Amino acid sequence: MIAGAVRRPLSGPGPWLLAAGALAWLALVIGAPLAVVFAQAVAKGVGPFLDAFKDPDCQAAIRLTLLVAAIAVPLNAAFGLAAAWSIARFEFRGRAFLLTLIDLPLSLSPVISGLVWVLLFGSRGWFGPELDAAGIKIVFALPGLVLGTILVTVPLVARQLIPLMIEQGADEELAAVTLGSGGWTMLRKVTLPNVRYALLHGVLLTNARAMGEFGAVSVLSGHIRGLTETLPLHVEAVYNDYDFVGAFAAASLLAGLAIVTLIAKAALERTAMARTAS
Amino acid sequence: MALTIDKIFKQYGRYPALAGVSLEARDGEFVALLGPSGSGKTTLLRVLAGLDRPEHGGVFLDGADFLSLSPRERRVGLVFQQYALFRHMSVARNIAFGLEVRPRAARPPRPEIKARVEALLALTRIEGLGERYPEQLSGGQRQRVAVARALAVEPRLLLLDEPFGALDAKVRNELRAELRRIHDAAGVTTLLVTHDQEEAMALADRVAVMNHGRVEQFGTPEELEAGPASPFVFEFLGEVNRGPCVVSDGMVRFDGFSAPDIGPPNRVGVGEGLFRPSDTHLAAGPGAEGLPVRLIGIAGRGAIRRIDCQAVSGLVFAAEMPEHLCGALAVGERARLTVRRAMGDIAKAAATQAVTPAPLRETA
Repeated sequence: MIAGAVRRPLSGPGPWLLAAGALAWLALVIGAPLAVVFAQAVAKGVGPFLDAFKDPDCQAAIRLTLLVAAIAVPLNAAFGLAAAWSIARFEFRGRAFLLTLIDLPLSLSPVISGLVWVLLFGSRGWFGPELDAAGIKIVFALPGLVLGTILVTVPLVARQLIPLMIEQGADEELAAVTLGSGGWTMLRKVTLPNVRYALLHGVLLTNARAMGEFGAVSVLSGHIRGLTETLPLHVEAVYNDYDFVGAFAAASLLAGLAIVTLIAKAALERTAMARTAS
Repeated sequence: MALTIDKIFKQYGRYPALAGVSLEARDGEFVALLGPSGSGKTTLLRVLAGLDRPEHGGVFLDGADFLSLSPRERRVGLVFQQYALFRHMSVARNIAFGLEVRPRAARPPRPEIKARVEALLALTRIEGLGERYPEQLSGGQRQRVAVARALAVEPRLLLLDEPFGALDAKVRNELRAELRRIHDAAGVTTLLVTHDQEEAMALADRVAVMNHGRVEQFGTPEELEAGPASPFVFEFLGEVNRGPCVVSDGMVRFDGFSAPDIGPPNRVGVGEGLFRPSDTHLAAGPGAEGLPVRLIGIAGRGAIRRIDCQAVSGLVFAAEMPEHLCGALAVGERARLTVRRAMGDIAKAAATQAVTPAPLRETA
């Protein structure tokens, strides 16, 4: 790798100051808050910290968060793969538009990503009356939470895959076809293995974002304790009740998730690097 | 199997990539598609592999319609320019791929696949590399794996797209001979796409010279060498000198010398004459005949000397002479130039109704 080749040991006061400054800044804006979360969580001892998880509302929030992620992540992984494949492999009308559209949620405020579903499926929304008549509840219920989460995390898998798939080219897939492979076999034996690290990477990011999402979910949730509150919403609700240990205990769970995601991501990159370097 | 390609048309947007290509290959024949980039040779290969669909025309294998088959039904072995080996599979798994993806009923039993992989590793002389991954192989080894993988499905047709393009010169020459040996051992009808005339002439039983989506000439290397069908073919097959000329009575008459025309017979006109340095002879001393020239450069240390000379008209010609005939020739000396054979190109001049000789042009 070229970037690796030009890297050299730190020397001289200039680079030293630069690196030290960067580290200090990160310690201030990321390290300190993270430390506070864990410190506050155990401020009154480990007992109250663990008790916070015995709260049925907290347990319901954890279950709901896992459920939303379990639905949204596979759907977005499948969509991201399909979108990336069609964009990387084919030239078609609307290709550039699709690319832009996939990126849109990144620049969209998550509140909007939640609000659009309310406008569509809320009781005063476009399809509200029909849904009410049919007895289907989307907003302030699980389907709404899932839709909001999906919209926010749409780009994460596709953006990991598109550059890689373009770089790898279609030749291996075409070779598989001329060797007699059908479409599914090609996907299973050639396409997926070739992008597996990038796909896993994207799934990790999607999962972290799905479990941590606040804005979109906040609009769609209705904040019914024990029913429609995910973990981030639960943190806010408990905090507003002045239950600081409960809030920071739940928050430490989310922060822990982020750290686990990062470690998994680093391990994945290391494995992928080792594979391409050997 | 015998291959018949009948008037294939293929359009990319407004640009005709194939403008009526017809070709046939006998069972077990090795045919090279030779042409500059953009001449349609790779498109033709893609059409045969089923990766592109032509607008018109037919392809028949032993008389049976081939175009209506899907790529996976065609059973062609396609060797890609960059080999397209499956990067996450070992060499052995790469080679076995075409057998392993067959439906259960048609799939050979595991020991048989293994034996077949071993046989192909031996045929392509990469025994012992079966457990390696593509990224651990040299370019030449990758190419052998690509050929072995294509042959594993016992293809009815072997298609090679510039298979030596990514290799350095030494490996290329080695693999050229290897490929011919593998072809002869496998006995499969083979089409090779290349822009390297030396490669095509050295490897193939017959060469199809392509230009602008058409086959300009199709014949054995000897036929192409002895009787090129057009100035394009003559030019593409080797280096040429150029000079204004008049063509008549089967002769190409330059200013001060002339040579038998090897182009299509019975042509009369004014245009540009082409001749090869290897068909050019220089002689010094009394009694020598031909165009008086002055020698301006001699290069080469081997058996062949390359000599640049200039005529009184200012035109510069290149000659290639065996070393033992170069005795009296030295830079700055005078000599006489004669040419064994030439090709008159009168198409351009005829098209513009030119009656005066083409303007003198400085040529190498």
